[in-house]
Amino acid sequence: MKILVGVKRVVDYAVKVRVGANGVELKNVKMSMNPFCEIATEAAVRLKENKAANVSEVVAVSVGPKQCQDTLRTALAMGCDRAIHVKTDLRGDYMELQSDSVAKIFQKIVEEKEQNTDLVLLGKQSIDSDCGQVGPMLAGFLNYPQATFAANIDLDGDGLKVERETDSGTETIKIPSLPAVITCDLRLNEPRYATLPNIMKAKKKKIDTIDANDLGVDLTAKNKVLEVYEPPPRKEGIVVEDVDELIAKLKNEAGLLQ
Amino acid sequence: MSSSAVDKFFPSPITLLTEDERMIKESVRKWAIKDLKPRLQEMETNECIYPSVIQKLFENGYMSMEINEKYGGIGTNFTSACIAIQEISRIDPSVALMVDVHNTLVVNMIRFWGSDYLKDKYLPKLAKDSVSSFCLSEANAGSDAFSMKTQAYRSSDNLFTINGTKSWITNAKEAEVLIVFCNVNPSEGYKGITAFVVDTDTEGVNIGVREKKLGLKASSTCQIVFDNVIVDASQMLGELGKGYEYCIKILNEGRIGIASQQIGIAKGCFDVVMPYLNEREQFGMKLADMPSLQQQYAQAATELYAAEVMMLNACRLKENGLPFVKEAAMSKLFASQVSEKICSQSIEWMGAVGYSTDYKVEKFFRDCKVGSIYEGSSNIQRQTIAKIMKSEYSH
Repeated sequence: MKILVGVKRVVDYAVKVRVGANGVELKNVKMSMNPFCEIATEAAVRLKENKAANVSEVVAVSVGPKQCQDTLRTALAMGCDRAIHVKTDLRGDYMELQSDSVAKIFQKIVEEKEQNTDLVLLGKQSIDSDCGQVGPMLAGFLNYPQATFAANIDLDGDGLKVERETDSGTETIKIPSLPAVITCDLRLNEPRYATLPNIMKAKKKKIDTIDANDLGVDLTAKNKVLEVYEPPPRKEGIVVEDVDELIAKLKNEAGLLQ
Repeated sequence: MSSSAVDKFFPSPITLLTEDERMIKESVRKWAIKDLKPRLQEMETNECIYPSVIQKLFENGYMSMEINEKYGGIGTNFTSACIAIQEISRIDPSVALMVDVHNTLVVNMIRFWGSDYLKDKYLPKLAKDSVSSFCLSEANAGSDAFSMKTQAYRSSDNLFTINGTKSWITNAKEAEVLIVFCNVNPSEGYKGITAFVVDTDTEGVNIGVREKKLGLKASSTCQIVFDNVIVDASQMLGELGKGYEYCIKILNEGRIGIASQQIGIAKGCFDVVMPYLNEREQFGMKLADMPSLQQQYAQAATELYAAEVMMLNACRLKENGLPFVKEAAMSKLFASQVSEKICSQSIEWMGAVGYSTDYKVEKFFRDCKVGSIYEGSSNIQRQTIAKIMKSEYSH
């Protein structure tokens, strides 16, 4: 089995973002691998470590500026075998490069560069644009079966059994055969940190760079972002004296109780 | 200073780390928060570093930072080792000390002056699973290290017999490999001092009871008694009578590691204290907004920054083959002063809560005190600095 895993470079989850004239301020902001992409990478590496899955290689792919190489280096240190960097200076947080273009870039890579890919593992969404569209779009473009919001992935004959997060618990579905696309949710696993021996080994692994413009994909944004603004600050709460007052307020002011 | 060393050096911000160093820093930080932090209080209470933690130190490569890959090490640079020590210290300075002594003193002595035989014999296990100790101090030989009484006499052509007692030995309970400084020829004074590599399981090596200490409680510190310990001449580290020279050289750089540990402690304090100041309100305002406190924490942060820049600069001077002895001494002296001050102030800023064991700031306070004592006391650092200054101004 050959696995392709998408890793996106985004503003670090711990950063308190600021909004500037052109959307979220990206200058001098700490960037890291999108947490859901970390989960996808961990899932790929665990499949590789599972002898029964018979994974031949795991290829990490990142779309974005040259600093994406850092993100790919992390993926390689976590256990991916090699990496592809699709280089573009377009912003990846929906301001310029949008989900359909990214999905088409992945489609091109699967169809033209990494033809024998059996499984594409992606995060369920990136924490900058929160679209959650690349996985489903990619499955559509490739005409592959898909399982989104994966909470568990098991081998099952020639295919996979995937437990999916839903609003009312989980559902388990079977993908009868590969190739397929899976997007990974929070509870799928706890990603490992790269150990030093693996960071050093990762230096010897190959990162191929492809110019995004050379793939013949339309990179222009289909949707226009009209405005980006910070959420209004939360109003200060009040302290109630006792439970009776709380219930009275919930009834009379908030209208939450009858 | 050789001109080639200068030519190769590209000036860049001293705080700028290489890609490897950045990844190592992040990796160590993640491990320390995830694996080490949950065990911190237990290890402090039980006064030990858990074997599972030690195993991770080896597996994750923190114990073989500068050991060549052919011996199973990571093969990275001295700065990376200091970064790892700092990041571990930010959570637990006791564990950081184990990593520090192993990497910057024992491993590097064997790397620098060990015979091929000693390198082949010890570097693979020091990279894989053997903790080590550096046995220099004695009850009556602390700052005056070379007045040591431990002796090694040549009992036959190929054998030496070691007798004596070493004190305050870090990692003594866990160590499998020791570097022991002995005098082979006491009539020659310090010129008789010679280093040997001794396995802890050699007959006659007796590890004493743990010292009860103010801080660094998880780190073991013991006396080690050498009672007619017979070692082969091949266990001699470097040349006969060169021990004092190696010792000075290794401590000159080792103390940069201690500076890193001290800086890690101060950062660990800030990690706890700043969120608290941002949250705690008195007199209707957040502590972090009080001008009097702002003056204090801004000053403290500035001093910490200076200490870190000094530490990194000492690392880079060493790595570039430039003179660094004065700068390393200054770095350790200043880092231990800044760290002690920040620990103490952090407790004051947090008030009663800081004084309680719950927030770990009092632990940092106790842990950092030894920074002005071990690997050369503050007075010894100042003496080193003064000596170099004197020679710089004498014509």
